[in-house]
Amino acid sequence: MSDFFTVSVLVATLATAIRFSVPYLLAALGETIGQRSGVLNLGVDGTMLLGAFGAYYTVLETGSHLLGIVVGIAIGLLMGLVYAIVTVFLQAEQGISGIGIFLFGLGFSDLLFQELVGTPKPIKPLPTLDKLPGVGGIFEPLVDIEHLGTLLFKHNLLTYLAFFLVPVVTWVLMKTTFGMNVRAVGENPQAADSLGVSVARTRFIAITIGSAFAGLAGATLSLQLAIFQHNLTNGIGFIAVALVYFGAWQPRWVMSGALLYGLVTATRIKWQSLDIIPQGASDIAAMAPAIITILALVLLASRVRGPAALTKPFTRH
Amino acid sequence: MTRITGAIVPLGAALFAFLFGALMIVALGENPLDGLGAMIDGAFGTGDRVAATAVRATPLLLVGVGITIAFRASVINIGGEGQIIAGALLSTAVALAIPDTPKIVLLPLVILAGLVGGGIWGAIPGVLKAYASVNEILSTIMLNIVAIQLMNYLLRGPMIDPIEVDGSNIPQTERLSDNAALPTLIEGTRLHLGVPIAIIAAILVYVMLFRTPLGFRLRAVGHNPDAARAAGISVEKNIVTALGLSGALSGLAGVVLVFGSESLRLVTDGGSAGFTGSAGFNGIVAALFGALHPLWTIPSSFLFGSLLTGATELQRELQIPNALAIALNGLIVLFVVSSDKVRTWLNRRLDRGTPFEAEIPDAPDPDDPPDVSGVGIAEGAS
Repeated sequence: MSDFFTVSVLVATLATAIRFSVPYLLAALGETIGQRSGVLNLGVDGTMLLGAFGAYYTVLETGSHLLGIVVGIAIGLLMGLVYAIVTVFLQAEQGISGIGIFLFGLGFSDLLFQELVGTPKPIKPLPTLDKLPGVGGIFEPLVDIEHLGTLLFKHNLLTYLAFFLVPVVTWVLMKTTFGMNVRAVGENPQAADSLGVSVARTRFIAITIGSAFAGLAGATLSLQLAIFQHNLTNGIGFIAVALVYFGAWQPRWVMSGALLYGLVTATRIKWQSLDIIPQGASDIAAMAPAIITILALVLLASRVRGPAALTKPFTRH
Repeated sequence: MTRITGAIVPLGAALFAFLFGALMIVALGENPLDGLGAMIDGAFGTGDRVAATAVRATPLLLVGVGITIAFRASVINIGGEGQIIAGALLSTAVALAIPDTPKIVLLPLVILAGLVGGGIWGAIPGVLKAYASVNEILSTIMLNIVAIQLMNYLLRGPMIDPIEVDGSNIPQTERLSDNAALPTLIEGTRLHLGVPIAIIAAILVYVMLFRTPLGFRLRAVGHNPDAARAAGISVEKNIVTALGLSGALSGLAGVVLVFGSESLRLVTDGGSAGFTGSAGFNGIVAALFGALHPLWTIPSSFLFGSLLTGATELQRELQIPNALAIALNGLIVLFVVSSDKVRTWLNRRLDRGTPFEAEIPDAPDPDDPPDVSGVGIAEGAS
């Protein structure tokens, strides 16, 4: 109990929180893009599991992190295509279709894992900035800065990529033609359609990109943990969906929610491993983000309006 | 004029899913017919295996029947997992608190506690939706997480088996009172009282939905909330009722999982699937496949129960991971929810001989107005 609240414990906790928040952030950013176009994808967790396994298995076999990440994204794209066909062209009910994607991903990733790998084999961990082959030396002085180095510069590249994507997604949604089309078909598909915007094509692209984010989020998770196991995500994808509502469909607020989840998870795991808090307190603390999310939804529901056409299939009248 | 109606498309969807399963088995280097044989043998090979299949189907049926109530009122209940856990926790607490009560009193109390626990866990998102406009999909998912962590906390702390505290610390309760156990119905098999209870529950829900004023109000709210409100029906109250009843049935599934188990304990692996076997999600699949009708959900649950027990045998005989069953469930969901539109297209094509392309993707469709509540809820009881 002696090192309760020492600066280094706090810094280590915060640094872990940033790392933990990355899969939530990537998955929720992708879901934001899809929902802005009017389509809810509840299958994020299943897509993440498949992406996580694909990336893990690729690294296990080839040793290449980059290839693993590419495979994770590709699997996300593929699942996005399936989901887009089901929800845009076949106009299936979105909440339930997502459960189908989730169950498929849950079962299929487990099937592949048991068949191709069997017992969990660790893979080589993602290098942090200072350990990057070739260029790592440049960052070493930054990492050596007391506390700040650990907090800001001792992460893997995917962490920086995820946070860099927050302004990128905002910019794409708010400033580009594609982003305007996405928002238009999410708000008022009839009007967008009458102005010549293809609702189906815009939603198709938004869903597929969003799902690619989920694949990347899964890849990030398994590569960060350097392992895969049955149901590795344990519901992260479902929380990511809630984070989009929590963040009122704004990437920067979605990011805040992801950081909150990362912080609570990091705090309870770190503090429990240091015997600062007992297991029981850790289990109770694990409920906190879900309860906070529900309370936030209660407060926001009457104040913030989501995309008006969310979950509504579009039929031309 | 041939029209494709009724069960053909869902059955076709299932056929596609099973074809995919057969392809998987081929890809894993086995003969799909051997696989099918192993599954049938595992699910129905002996009297006890049929009983095991029925027991496996029971939580799916209870959750599924609950799902039909929610869907008929146009609310989506994804909180089956949490409601199962809440029912299991409250009923287990009762059994732990008064273990020596005679069976004739304790068993009904345990069942009641399960209904109440699950009912509360379902009514919360109902209240949040009705009175605070919180999307029930999100709140039920969040409450799943809360229930899992509550279970972890209770089973690692207050409710843990005293022997485990000094032992290996497995998060489980002690063996619960035999007075609370669901009695075996046929000696030498695993068939227990939970199976007929679930079937009776399905029949009662059918009667409630289609033969009582309550059921009429729930369906009216689901069909057109504005019209229901205009007719003096409280939309809010009926949303809470629908989710509360739906949760209560899932809570009953939790009772069956604990008090129908051979170990007669509540045990967690830290997630939810370890205890529920994903029944909260698989029940949705069973309900969808049963066309969201309480009575059709009975054979549908039995089918999915046999898929699960069959997959266990598949793993034992051919070393094909039983996760295949979950993957197939997911595919069946995707095929079934997509089938409405496919059916419309097929019928159109049969009627007029119009090419498919003319219908894709946004063509006006006078026979089939956009249905926000989706999933093609069959009208009435017929």
